[in-house]
Amino acid sequence: MPKLEDRCWSCSCSPGMKSEGFPLASRAREVMSGVAGSVSEAFASVRRLHSTNLVRRGLVLFTVGVFLALVLYLLQIRKNVVLFPEEALDTLYSSSWWIPLGCGTAAAVVGLLYPCLDSHLGEPHKFKREWASVMRCIAVFVGINHASAKLDFANNMQLSLTLAALSLGLWWTFDRSRSGFGLGLTTALLATLIAQLLVSNGIYQYTNTEVRSVRSWLPCIFFSGGVTVGNIGRQLAMGSIEKPHND
Amino acid sequence: MTVRERLRQNISAAFYRHGLLCASYPVPIILFTSASILTCCYPLLKLPLPGTGPVEFTTGVKDYSVPSHEPQGDLGERPDWYRGPPVAYIQQVLVKAAVSPWDSSLVPVDVFRSPLGRVFSLLEEIRNHVYTDRSLETLCLQVTELLPGLRRMQSILPEHGCLLVSPGNYWQNRRDLFDSDPDILKTVHQHEPKGIHTSATLKDLLFGVPGKNTGVSLYSRKRVVTYTITIALSNYDSRFVASLRSRLKQLHPSVNCTLREDHMVHVHFKEEIGIAELIPLVTTYIILFAYIYFSTRKIDMVKSKWGLALAAVVTVLSSLLMSVGLCTLFGLTPTLNGGEIFPYLVVVIGLENVLVLTKSVVSTPVDLEVKLRIAQGLSSESWSIMKNMATELVIILIGYFTLVPAIQEFCLFAVVGLVSDFFLQMFFFTTVLSIDIRRMELADLNRRLPAEAGMPPPPKPGPLRTREAPPPPRPSAHTITLQAPAFRNLRLPKRLRVVYFLARTRLAQRIIMVGTVIWIGILVYTDPAGLRTYLAAQVAEQSPLGEAGLPPHLGVAPVFPGGDPTSTLSVLPAPEPTPLPENQSQGHGASRTGSAPMSSPQISWGSEDEEVWRRLSFRYWPSLFSYYNITLAKRYISILPVIPVTLHLSPQEAVEMRHPQDTQHAPRTSAKTTDIQTDLTLYKVAALGLFAGVVLVLLLFCLYRVLCPRNYGQNGVQHGRRRRGELPCDEYGYSPPVSEISPLLLRGHSMDIECLASDGMLLASCCLAGQIRVWDAQTGDCLTVIPNNGLRRSSSSGCWEHRDGWDPLTPTFDPDGLLGAESRSPVSTAAAGAPDASEYAEPPLRRRATPSRPALFGDQPDLTPLIDTNFGELPSSLTASARGFDFGGLVEKAYKEHEVSPTVHFSPPTPPAPTAPPQRRRSLGDNPVAFPDRISASPGDWDSSVWSMELRGNLIATGRSSGKLELWDAVEGSLRCCNEDGSSGITALAFLNNRIVAARLNGSLDFFTVDTNKPLGLLQYRGPPGRGSVPSSPCYSSEDVISCQLTRSVQCAHQKPITVLRAAAGRVVTGSQDHTVRVYRLEDSCCLFTLQGHSGGITSIYIDQTMVLASGGQDGAICLWDVLTGSRVSHVYGHRGDVTSLVCTNSCVISSGLDDLICIWDRSTSIKLYSIQQEVGCGASLGVISDSLLVTGGHGCVSFWDLNYGDLLQTVYLGQNSEGQHVRQLLVLDNAAIVCDFGSELSLVYVPSVLEKLD
Repeated sequence: MPKLEDRCWSCSCSPGMKSEGFPLASRAREVMSGVAGSVSEAFASVRRLHSTNLVRRGLVLFTVGVFLALVLYLLQIRKNVVLFPEEALDTLYSSSWWIPLGCGTAAAVVGLLYPCLDSHLGEPHKFKREWASVMRCIAVFVGINHASAKLDFANNMQLSLTLAALSLGLWWTFDRSRSGFGLGLTTALLATLIAQLLVSNGIYQYTNTEVRSVRSWLPCIFFSGGVTVGNIGRQLAMGSIEKPHND
Repeated sequence: MTVRERLRQNISAAFYRHGLLCASYPVPIILFTSASILTCCYPLLKLPLPGTGPVEFTTGVKDYSVPSHEPQGDLGERPDWYRGPPVAYIQQVLVKAAVSPWDSSLVPVDVFRSPLGRVFSLLEEIRNHVYTDRSLETLCLQVTELLPGLRRMQSILPEHGCLLVSPGNYWQNRRDLFDSDPDILKTVHQHEPKGIHTSATLKDLLFGVPGKNTGVSLYSRKRVVTYTITIALSNYDSRFVASLRSRLKQLHPSVNCTLREDHMVHVHFKEEIGIAELIPLVTTYIILFAYIYFSTRKIDMVKSKWGLALAAVVTVLSSLLMSVGLCTLFGLTPTLNGGEIFPYLVVVIGLENVLVLTKSVVSTPVDLEVKLRIAQGLSSESWSIMKNMATELVIILIGYFTLVPAIQEFCLFAVVGLVSDFFLQMFFFTTVLSIDIRRMELADLNRRLPAEAGMPPPPKPGPLRTREAPPPPRPSAHTITLQAPAFRNLRLPKRLRVVYFLARTRLAQRIIMVGTVIWIGILVYTDPAGLRTYLAAQVAEQSPLGEAGLPPHLGVAPVFPGGDPTSTLSVLPAPEPTPLPENQSQGHGASRTGSAPMSSPQISWGSEDEEVWRRLSFRYWPSLFSYYNITLAKRYISILPVIPVTLHLSPQEAVEMRHPQDTQHAPRTSAKTTDIQTDLTLYKVAALGLFAGVVLVLLLFCLYRVLCPRNYGQNGVQHGRRRRGELPCDEYGYSPPVSEISPLLLRGHSMDIECLASDGMLLASCCLAGQIRVWDAQTGDCLTVIPNNGLRRSSSSGCWEHRDGWDPLTPTFDPDGLLGAESRSPVSTAAAGAPDASEYAEPPLRRRATPSRPALFGDQPDLTPLIDTNFGELPSSLTASARGFDFGGLVEKAYKEHEVSPTVHFSPPTPPAPTAPPQRRRSLGDNPVAFPDRISASPGDWDSSVWSMELRGNLIATGRSSGKLELWDAVEGSLRCCNEDGSSGITALAFLNNRIVAARLNGSLDFFTVDTNKPLGLLQYRGPPGRGSVPSSPCYSSEDVISCQLTRSVQCAHQKPITVLRAAAGRVVTGSQDHTVRVYRLEDSCCLFTLQGHSGGITSIYIDQTMVLASGGQDGAICLWDVLTGSRVSHVYGHRGDVTSLVCTNSCVISSGLDDLICIWDRSTSIKLYSIQQEVGCGASLGVISDSLLVTGGHGCVSFWDLNYGDLLQTVYLGQNSEGQHVRQLLVLDNAAIVCDFGSELSLVYVPSVLEKLD
């Protein structure tokens, strides 16, 4: 066991030594004794270990975000272009290639923020912490999107109310934490604001069919998306915390 | 809260009763549930099957009227999509044209050039046809422009006008372009897509018949060109169509044509699923499967994990089916797309309850009855189940009030699904669970019974195992199961690692399999080869009712193919066949064409021409319309009966229409060669297919051989042992050098060796006769012999008279009297010293009942007169000899006696204790579970037998059954010190630094300190490692006064006898029959922890310098402990029966049990990596040489295994006559030598070659 740990430590240390250890050590030699240098090195290696973990989680979340954005975009595509997927994909890649990337980044940020907030508030999230529940949450999220894209609602008000109810249901079923609610709400507000700004500045335009209802479902989708991504992020964080504990 | 509490209690009680019911009558309940599922699913039969294929409906042409939009009640079989006008009416003109009679002067291009050229005149005719005031322009479907993405087709497909499609479109419907086209085939083929096409191609579109039926080819045999002119009409005017039909028929009569003209077919198209829709759908399904996977992964501790997972999924799925069925039964027709909402329904209903149920049932005590377990598990989870269900129902009800019809429908389904799911969980799943758990117990019982029946009476004392240990819940696999361990990535080249990874996951096969399946699916789905139409045609040909089977469902009126005489009633009377000059080729030409090789092409009309479009891809119409942005999804088109047109062209006409280049680039080929050619292509295809198949099979075989060299599942058994002379070599062809390992036999003991101890340089062994021998571990020389104390009398037969005197057949022998008289007998000592003497009442009984003694000694001279039964007169051994007993003079004499005596009196290999057969002997000297049979097996030692021995430095510490602790000088063979503070037998000894810890039979633990005038630190570092045969100067010189003082005695260390004692890293760990492990500090003998967790007596303990503590018990469980905190790190059930020995390496834990299995566990994850089946009785002997080399003992041999992979590296046979003996103890020395004790011989095996290979 100690040998394993040693190996693990040395592995995680070695890049840190190369990039940061040298200047640190030299400065330490100049300024202080070697003890301080070694201490700071150890500290840096700890941080590096933490940060690699963070980066990995961020990457996973980013991928999930990009994938979900693509899927949801495809869900929204109207029927008539469906017969020519090349066209649809062309427009997808040409006009708004940055949307999935933006979504991915947002997912990474939100997904990392959730566990961070949990630890800062000092109330670790214990409710239904397992991958099956996370999968369920994602499925419900896609379902909400599906509903917003495919169902015919009488008016936008009804659409908004339904989606809001569904989003709240999602939060209640899978999260039930105050921080989750608050963060989801913040995400929704910010994202809607950004979308509005983008549209008003003409960077991104809604297509004709979208313009009708997009304002009514956007906040709800962002809210439930925030909750979902937060769920994934928490699960990832938990997994990464648990792992060294297992060893 | 009282209401709630009462409710909770009531629910709990109800669930308890329900659980009892389910577990009591499993079969009737399962039958009942299945019946109710089937009943509820019965209405589903009426629903149409899902699929995207088009649906047809046939009506008569005569009384056709556009169906109204409003649904009408009594329309019977009229489908519900048949409402409102169709998207278009399709009128096809099927043209068959041929140049006849065929002239040998004609070139192949003539086959299709002039027939195709006639299309322009036909088009002209159709366009200009006017009936009363209506022309085609007013009726036809006006199309605008093509979709933006189809620029390349712009010149071909019509735009801004009638949708009129014919082969003439290739030339923009202009005759002059056609005439000036040098290469028709090139024009036709230039628009064909490359590679696999999924939808209808342009050629199909324009010709209206499948590509191979057009006859536009240089090698066409029939020389008949077939094509259609397709007209899409937006309005149906029966008179216009009829007049067009009659006009065309008049112009180009088809004589033998009996096509039916009275039916129009309405084709309804389902929703098309494109990639853009497919991706989200696939995503939802992937998420669904991930959800199911993550959920069912948690099912554990049951008999069949897969079975229960399947049951869980079946529960959810059938509850969904039930909900749909129930909803249909009550008149609610599903309008949602089932495939799309299905994953969401599953997710909403969820598998949670099922898992919670399983978990709660499994966590009930195992020794309860199954019924009670189920009932308890159900009732303990009842409240949460009800609460969850209520919550879900409330959420769904909220969804119901959104007043969106689709969501309402979804919620309705979900509610019914939830309720039926609850019903199924309660009845179906609970029952299945009860069956599973019962099966598990039965299986355990079955497995356990023969194992114990085949086993002779267990060597362990019966009363100690009063309570049956709980059965290990997971049956251990007897095979090497390769899982992905953490330590497997060590020391392997990357290439090998990749190959191993591939082999382990069987990736290649799986990918190939999945690829094949996907490929076949694509083939079937897209149908590029026209397989479906071909099959349909086959079916239609074979059975007269074939056509009826072709339209999928929805009672379509059966269409009888041509030949039916009644079908001649047509809208307009068919014109009289006018005899044409070319008539000779028609009708009866069949016999002639067969005989004449240069026959004229004949045009025949068959039933397959009736509905030409059937032979096309079912995407034909959707793709045609989609080019103009008209979707056919959820709409229908009406196809009018086809108008047949027969064109006969004279050869002159054909020659006239020739393009100058036609004769040049088209080679003349006779009909015969084309025949051969087509045949050849057929053969070629067949040969290629065969070849490809053979290559594929070979490739797969090679892949299998390369990637999966192991014989999965058989490894443990097959590998077991290799017979002598058989070259041990693994599947990779590597055979380790055999000759390098030669065992060194150490002979000298006359009886079976009981205790072994070593410190790396020296090796001490003690046999049943009480003789201790010290060997040089390097050379195998015997350095010292310390004879039994009882033999101190120098009588020549002293050694053996004790043995014979013990003979129970001796008339004077009275066990009770003996026990009464013999105060120093180990048994009586034990009986007096042990707190519960009743547990040890068995051994004397067994002694008395030993029947096989006389057979053993029948050939021996009767030595009974020599018995000296007066044991009281025996001098008490070595009691007050503080100066050390001087054996100097006696050693040599006794040695000689000992050497000679076996040949005279006793044959060494005779098993000493017939009551305890060697297979199950737990022979480790310090393993007191075998205590009673050691008593019966050490007959010669009336004084006291050596029960435990330790060798450290120069000192041998022996613990005797009399409770005496002796310290001997290993080199000189002199007694240095003796301590008789305790009276209970010393079952185990630990010698660490200058401390000796002795565990006694009565459960007390004594700590001794060895004092000398020399610093004891030297003891550990005495002498260089390369020590020769001559012992270096002893560190305890004989002048040193060594005293052994009892520093502390823990009286009640354990309630029951201490079975295992291990010391390392400043800790002393004891394991006892009272199911606990205790950790003491060596310095101050302070008890640090009492570790509880086993449900049986402790049988083995491992602790090393790195403070790894593992313990194994009689319950087959292995626990890993954290020595610093005293917490249990992991707990696994590894063996059926006792764990006999335990070794840890850096990455894994190796355990062996009475079931003769050696299991290798991953230390961090506690996952069993694999197991090795040992020979019977050899399970306990194992040792680890390095981190990756395992040694196990077998029948007369030792085997070396690669720990990382479980491969047998080598088997070394120990001696000629050792075949029957099995290795009972295996000791790994520091210099990587092995000492194994088989019978009375010791064997030293060096493993240099293995070491070289590894390091």
